[in-house]
Amino acid sequence: MPYNLVVNGQPVTVDVPAETPLLWVIRDILDLKGTKYGCGMALCGCCTVHINGQATRACTTAISSVADQHITTLEGLSEDGTHPVQLAWEEMDVPQCGYCQAGQIMSAAALLAKHPHPTDAEIDAAMDGNICRCGTYLRIRKAIHRAAEIHAKQQSAQPTDADLSRSVEA
Amino acid sequence: MATTFAKSQEAPKPNGEPISRRSFLRATALAGGGMVLAYYIEPVQKVLAAQFGPPVKLLPTSFIAIASDGTVTIIAKNPEIGQGVKTMLPMLVAEELDCDWNDVRIEQGDLDPAKYGLQIAGGSTATPMNWEPMRRVGAAGRRMLIAAAAETWGVPESECSTTPSRVHHNPSGRSLTYGELASKGATMPPPDPTTLKMKDPKEYRVIGKNAANADIKKIVTGKPLYGIDVNMPGMLYANYEKCPVFGGKVASANLEEVKALPGIRHAFIVEPGPDPTALAGGVAIVADSWYQARNARDNKLKVVWEEGPTASQSSQLYASNAVELSKKEPGQVLRKDGDVDAAFGRAAHVVEAAYSYPFLSHVPLEPQNCTASFKDGKLEVWAPSQTPATGLAQTARALGIDQKDIKVHLTRVGGGFGRRLTDDYMVEAAVIAQKVGVPVKLLWTREQDMAHDFYRPAGFHFLKGGIDANGKIISWRNHFVTFGENGRFAQSAGLSGEEFPSRFIPNFSQLASMMPTGVPTGALRAPGSNAIAFVMQSFIDELAHAASKDPVQFRLDLLAMTPLPPATPARGTAVAFAPVAFDQARMRAVLEKVAERSKWGRKLPAGAALGVAFHFSHRGYFAEVAELRTTSSKTLKITKAWVVGDIGSYVINPRAAESIVQGAVIEGMSHVMGYEITIDAGRAVQSNFHQYPPLRLTQAPAEIDVSFVKTDNPPTGLGEPGLPPMIPAITNAIFTATGQRIRSLPLEPQGYRWA
Repeated sequence: MPYNLVVNGQPVTVDVPAETPLLWVIRDILDLKGTKYGCGMALCGCCTVHINGQATRACTTAISSVADQHITTLEGLSEDGTHPVQLAWEEMDVPQCGYCQAGQIMSAAALLAKHPHPTDAEIDAAMDGNICRCGTYLRIRKAIHRAAEIHAKQQSAQPTDADLSRSVEA
Repeated sequence: MATTFAKSQEAPKPNGEPISRRSFLRATALAGGGMVLAYYIEPVQKVLAAQFGPPVKLLPTSFIAIASDGTVTIIAKNPEIGQGVKTMLPMLVAEELDCDWNDVRIEQGDLDPAKYGLQIAGGSTATPMNWEPMRRVGAAGRRMLIAAAAETWGVPESECSTTPSRVHHNPSGRSLTYGELASKGATMPPPDPTTLKMKDPKEYRVIGKNAANADIKKIVTGKPLYGIDVNMPGMLYANYEKCPVFGGKVASANLEEVKALPGIRHAFIVEPGPDPTALAGGVAIVADSWYQARNARDNKLKVVWEEGPTASQSSQLYASNAVELSKKEPGQVLRKDGDVDAAFGRAAHVVEAAYSYPFLSHVPLEPQNCTASFKDGKLEVWAPSQTPATGLAQTARALGIDQKDIKVHLTRVGGGFGRRLTDDYMVEAAVIAQKVGVPVKLLWTREQDMAHDFYRPAGFHFLKGGIDANGKIISWRNHFVTFGENGRFAQSAGLSGEEFPSRFIPNFSQLASMMPTGVPTGALRAPGSNAIAFVMQSFIDELAHAASKDPVQFRLDLLAMTPLPPATPARGTAVAFAPVAFDQARMRAVLEKVAERSKWGRKLPAGAALGVAFHFSHRGYFAEVAELRTTSSKTLKITKAWVVGDIGSYVINPRAAESIVQGAVIEGMSHVMGYEITIDAGRAVQSNFHQYPPLRLTQAPAEIDVSFVKTDNPPTGLGEPGLPPMIPAITNAIFTATGQRIRSLPLEPQGYRWA
């Protein structure tokens, strides 16, 4: 049956069976390839997207459970790759193979929206569901701290800047 | 729906239409002015080349294009699996071309060995094989641009020089940019490679400086890059279900019931191919969406399998067979020096220990996949492969078509680790596409990926070591029980007679016995070494403790011995494992440095300890220290790790190098704690990450200190040699902290966990 969603700010309607995972709607119907398949059991975090701002594994989220919800994928995090987390990832040269990084970035962005200056413990808690098989964890930690700095700078330069909140509308 | 992958296939359009970047590169004369350089170089590392096939007299190695706007496009020829080669190889070209790195655009080359030479991601070979030829390509380009400038100005070439992306005439002060010279440069004859003058390394501007991952922007913005992202007009999606027992095939399947499901277009049985490791028998399900295909496989498909003889095999059986074999005469003597038994007789201490390690799966995060399109007898594939040329050859055989009728595009690869050295997914996608006649994307589930790997083979070592009253090792016997048949080791299940501490102990025997297995085996990052380092460096540690010596000093003393001469490797032995020209001075240097950096010998609180190990593999010398804190006897935290490596005179891209080594340490920690594939009834027991856990961020050390000892040797690869020593460094630290000697991996089934 048809489901209405808002994906990266755009209203879309998809007609798929109720149990279809959001991941495959995003990848193969909406043709947004940034969100990745890794395990299909919410174990690796490659498929992390934001649903109403919450970092969520799309591979185990049935389309019927997200009707009329706001979904943000990596492609919708910013228009031009200038979300603080994207900038920090680039600056720190985080990825190796890069396959898990969409999920890492989405988890990190959701974390920063809640905790603009996360502690290491908060980073561990937010990022523990995202596997990086290449082992870029040390850079991920550093890049999250760096993203917090970039975000703080953006905020002070432009108090009305909505870069971060846009991606995580409640 | 066409993607960048499809666009890259557009033919050049000489009629003035916009041309794609790729066709731009293929054009020999460019409409907008520019130059294309194809350059052919002899392989300089014949030993390396010999490992991958007969030596080729001339290897085409690179393709540079300079546009009139000054943009320098450099083809990255090798598969990018996360090792950074897509950035690194173009750095070598750019250095000697002397272009501004900011002018460089990097393009992934398709498979075209006639143009690019060997295109492989494996064995940490890209650096040693391409260090010389890629720089020569750049140097040749620079000479042609200088020649163009000299002719323009009517001056001798000898009066010209370059600064990044610009040629200067020194006496007159004139200069032209590479962009301005590109059209004319293309008409200059390529210089004789033997007359090329390379830069004085003191002038390096690119090599040794940090360069960003070539695809960083696309990765952080989610652009389609990987095999799994390929999209074709009219494409269908496939899943391929194989017998859970290795080597089994389909007897029958309820295909009609599967085909009755919505969205299912095809369901058919595929017979095993001429090479069953390239194409195992199975059931293909092709649907409008991948989810429909997977759903049909999960919830409807019922297959009666002919399981075959492997169904009676298990890890338990292998382990008990290994113990039995260890008591018998060994099948092979890999090396024998002196009189081992006599030396045991006069030893002050004799230590005996049995070591073992399990099968491992590679688990790259991008599951195996491939997209194929078969039309008019010709096949086009988009493959995340480490060995695309091998895949092409296997595909041609399986389809019964000529190799020249297959075009292979290389995609970025979501992790290799050796899994994609085999190309079964490519053959499967091609066979399915040939059958259905429209483009097909084959994608495996994670469970299929774990069930149908070419696993790092398990292994069993039965060791005996003797030390004299001075604490010196005088005798060593290793009976290695491994997999193989008819005197041939299974893939990646071999051991060299020369493997350290071979040659450094006067009475030494390296022995092997084999048992057959139906489990497919293959190379995992640092093949051989990833297991052997654990065994050798753990047992050396046992002997150090038995001798009441400091583990670092004990190793330095061992490395100070005058080595016995190496034997010529016998034909058929695993050449890739042969520790060619092991240089003990280089190993001593990295070991001394890692001891210094980790402040080896310092006092640590109760329950904390340092562990050390070193290993030589893939031409790299690595010594590593792990700092362990235990909160109970079996709750472990690696608080910090130190790595010191010697990979020659240059670390080409230092920031990427640090990352790859840190990743190797993280991978080593996964081997130590959680990675194990158990075989039961001829199939893999573990199915997904809950049973086969890669290390997570919380478990990672706060710091991994990576440094290099630069030596006057040609630069060598870094994808692999950082991994092996971390495993024994950790287990040696566990012994020091807790008194528990770890002789089998992994630790989780033994009650350990990370804090």
